[in-house]
Amino acid sequence: MTTALVPRIPAPGSAPGPGAVGRPARRRRAARPGALGAASGLGLGVALLWFSLLVLVPLAMVVATAGSEGWSGFAGTLTSSQTLSAVELTVAQAVMVTLLNVVVGTAIAWVLVRDRFWGRRVLDVVIDIPFALPTIVAGLVLLALYGPDGPLGVDVANTRAAVFLALAFVTLPFVVRTVQPVLEELDADVEEAAASLGAGRLTVFRRIVLPALVPAITAGAALSFARGISEYGSLVLLSGNLPNRTEVASVRVLTFIENGDTTSAAAVATLLLLVALAVIVLLDVLQRRVARRG
Amino acid sequence: MASTASAGRLREPTAVRWLLRLVAVGYVVLLVVWPVSLVVRYTFADGLTALHSAFTDPLVTHALQLTAMVSLLAVAVNLVFGVGISLLLVRTQFPGKRVLSALVDLPMSVSPVVVGLALLLVYNPRTGLFGRGLDAHGIQVVFATPGMVMATAFVALPLVVREVVPVLEEIGDDQEQAARSLGANAVQTFRRITLPGIKWAVVYGVVLSLARSLGEFGAVKVVSGNVMGQTQTATLVVEQKYQNFDQSTAYAAAFLLALASVVCIVVVSVLRPSESRES
Amino acid sequence: MSIEINGIRKTFPSTGSGQPAFVALDDVSLSIPSGQLTALLGPSGGGKSTLLRIIAGLETADEGTVLIEGNEATHLPPQKRNVGFVFQHYAAFKHMSVARNVAFGLEIRRRGAQRPPWTPGGRAARERIDGRVEELLELVHLSQFAHRLPSQLSGGQRQRMALARALAVEPSVLLLDEPFGALDAKVRKELREWLRRLHDEVSVTTVFVTHDQEEALEVADEIVVINEGRVEQVGTPDELYDAPTSDFVMGFLGPVTSLDGRLVRPHDIDIDLSGAVPGSVAGEVVRQLRVGFEVRLTVRPAAPGDDVTVVLTRAHARELGLEPGSRVWLTTNPAVRALEGVAAG
Repeated sequence: MTTALVPRIPAPGSAPGPGAVGRPARRRRAARPGALGAASGLGLGVALLWFSLLVLVPLAMVVATAGSEGWSGFAGTLTSSQTLSAVELTVAQAVMVTLLNVVVGTAIAWVLVRDRFWGRRVLDVVIDIPFALPTIVAGLVLLALYGPDGPLGVDVANTRAAVFLALAFVTLPFVVRTVQPVLEELDADVEEAAASLGAGRLTVFRRIVLPALVPAITAGAALSFARGISEYGSLVLLSGNLPNRTEVASVRVLTFIENGDTTSAAAVATLLLLVALAVIVLLDVLQRRVARRG
Repeated sequence: MASTASAGRLREPTAVRWLLRLVAVGYVVLLVVWPVSLVVRYTFADGLTALHSAFTDPLVTHALQLTAMVSLLAVAVNLVFGVGISLLLVRTQFPGKRVLSALVDLPMSVSPVVVGLALLLVYNPRTGLFGRGLDAHGIQVVFATPGMVMATAFVALPLVVREVVPVLEEIGDDQEQAARSLGANAVQTFRRITLPGIKWAVVYGVVLSLARSLGEFGAVKVVSGNVMGQTQTATLVVEQKYQNFDQSTAYAAAFLLALASVVCIVVVSVLRPSESRES
Repeated sequence: MSIEINGIRKTFPSTGSGQPAFVALDDVSLSIPSGQLTALLGPSGGGKSTLLRIIAGLETADEGTVLIEGNEATHLPPQKRNVGFVFQHYAAFKHMSVARNVAFGLEIRRRGAQRPPWTPGGRAARERIDGRVEELLELVHLSQFAHRLPSQLSGGQRQRMALARALAVEPSVLLLDEPFGALDAKVRKELREWLRRLHDEVSVTTVFVTHDQEEALEVADEIVVINEGRVEQVGTPDELYDAPTSDFVMGFLGPVTSLDGRLVRPHDIDIDLSGAVPGSVAGEVVRQLRVGFEVRLTVRPAAPGDDVTVVLTRAHARELGLEPGSRVWLTTNPAVRALEGVAAG
């Protein structure tokens, strides 16, 4: 019943498909991919063309523009004081939020899979709201409770806490949705075996369940981090974008664009892109690791 | 063979279970449920006046229309190419397939502002790689609808693929092979065998793409130039109104967007179990 | 007696999706002798797995008591019962090597295994554990796979690992739940023999669940037949096969056919071509099928009634020169008891 809004690490024991994407596929029979015929060759060509025009060429252009002033220009932009503090803030907050998500996300996934209580299904749908909600609306939503007129009397607008809060909101689903399917597919047998060998509940969790979850948690953490450093919309209203205080990397890029300095914008953008690519590679490696184990 | 909930004797101690429930539910309530419900409250604080003034504000109505059009076009594009790419990834073999598959996921991790910048660099009329040529033929991409559609399609790109690929893998190509052996050509096989099989996955992908497209903000802001009354989408209008201290209209527009996206995920969530019960 | 079960009752409540409440075990009492290999035999859904799991502590009975080696175990959690359990689908710890799997039970016990490996106490404990693991892996012939992952082993190898893992903690009782059910026929036969030999070597009280009567007959010292939550009969394989106390047991333990209103084993029926034997039933051979070394005849009796199945050796069949259409007379071998007075199905 969970929406596949987030790529999943296949549970051990089920074979992943040829693509690195998707829910664990239980392949009952091996679907041998066919060689490229004329029709699919044409289709591939068209798809690749469109993909290049939309994604590959534009992203390559960003990297190219970043390098247009050479390495010194690139490094210079990134180390300039305002940009540097924006990047530092972004990375630090993203890391902290990711750590929070690892703990809370796993707990939420546990409760969704292993517990039964009234409202559990509602909770399951609510988890997806931060993913589906427009980011600007997310900012507004958080302002309602945690802004100047909020009923709790808490006001984080224009503070660093606002950045943390916004990132926590938008990255909520990631760890939950990667851990959930793995928990669902965990065999009760294995936990019973450990119990029959004398392991108490905590030992079973620590030595049997958790190791099985680690790849999924890591995948969720990687996605959470990538999303955290790229977040923009929810921060616009909430953090006030104060330079050197609450300005994040993506806001920095926008400022450069608005000032016509596309090279500097591209420099910061390239940094963010490299992190996104690293996350993709990590996810791919993890999927292969787990498939081998299964 | 996999069994879920804890076996009879192996449940965690009650105290732990309640602690987990408290953490999970408490966190979600404080972070999501309460703030969202407040927005709903503020929108209807004066009854329907906020919504009414929003709907009669020309900026807002224009933005809503623009959002609808851009989203539908982006979803249509993603539907066609999404299904096509899924078929290619699952049913065929070609060098670099693994790379393509990994890259398809890229838009999920890229910052929307970077997306906007990327499209800007390539398609802007003065210095853009393709933008120059297109401008010479009078085709405007950035600061106009085509650019906005592209930006929206970019960010929602993986959603259809990620729904369709696992289903294609799971159903296997046996049936398609059987159809071929009975004389069906590629189009007939696709229409009569493959498509019905992936029908639900396509529906989920489309609905999720729609939710994502309606909500896109950063990428569209950069690519459209955010020109009031011309290239402002609903999300941009929310920002505009809030910054101009027209809070009630901002909340009203935000409420509409939130409602649309929540409806999308509820629809998918409701449809999913009933579909698995049928199969 | 190693395991004493008294008055066990277990009902599974009705589920929300329309399944009615289901009585899995109805007042089951049993004594399982020490040091022996006992089989719980019966059809699927009959309650035998549930009973095994109750003995292990993985399920709780609604009523009744369980004593293990004289100790009251009814309310003990599985961790404290000192039973080894082997699952049908191996339940291997997928992220650990074979050696670590086997060592698991030893590592979690407080025998100095919790101390860090660089202290003398910790090192000694580690050596003790490694030694025991090596011993066990040799016992189950998996020494060369010690550092492989379970996913790299075949099904039969994984099950041997599971056995070694269960034996590592020196359980007082070894419980196996359809241990060979997930393996191919050939591997199943091999492992059956192997289990028997292992038991002879290690001789820990063993209880295993199976629905395969051949398996039970081949491996067990004693068989408990369980059907629909009740114990039908307890005895040695010979006793159960030759002297079944009910239709069900007779039918379950081996092939049956009905002759003259009685249940008989097909291979206990004699064929007579003269018609002169008193009490013999006349009939005509309708079908003759050779399966391996035996020949199965379907004989239609002259008097109205069900077709009778007769099984002969190939040699015997050739001697008699039978073919479809031959007239024969059937008698039961008087040395063998047949079930009186109950018409078959």
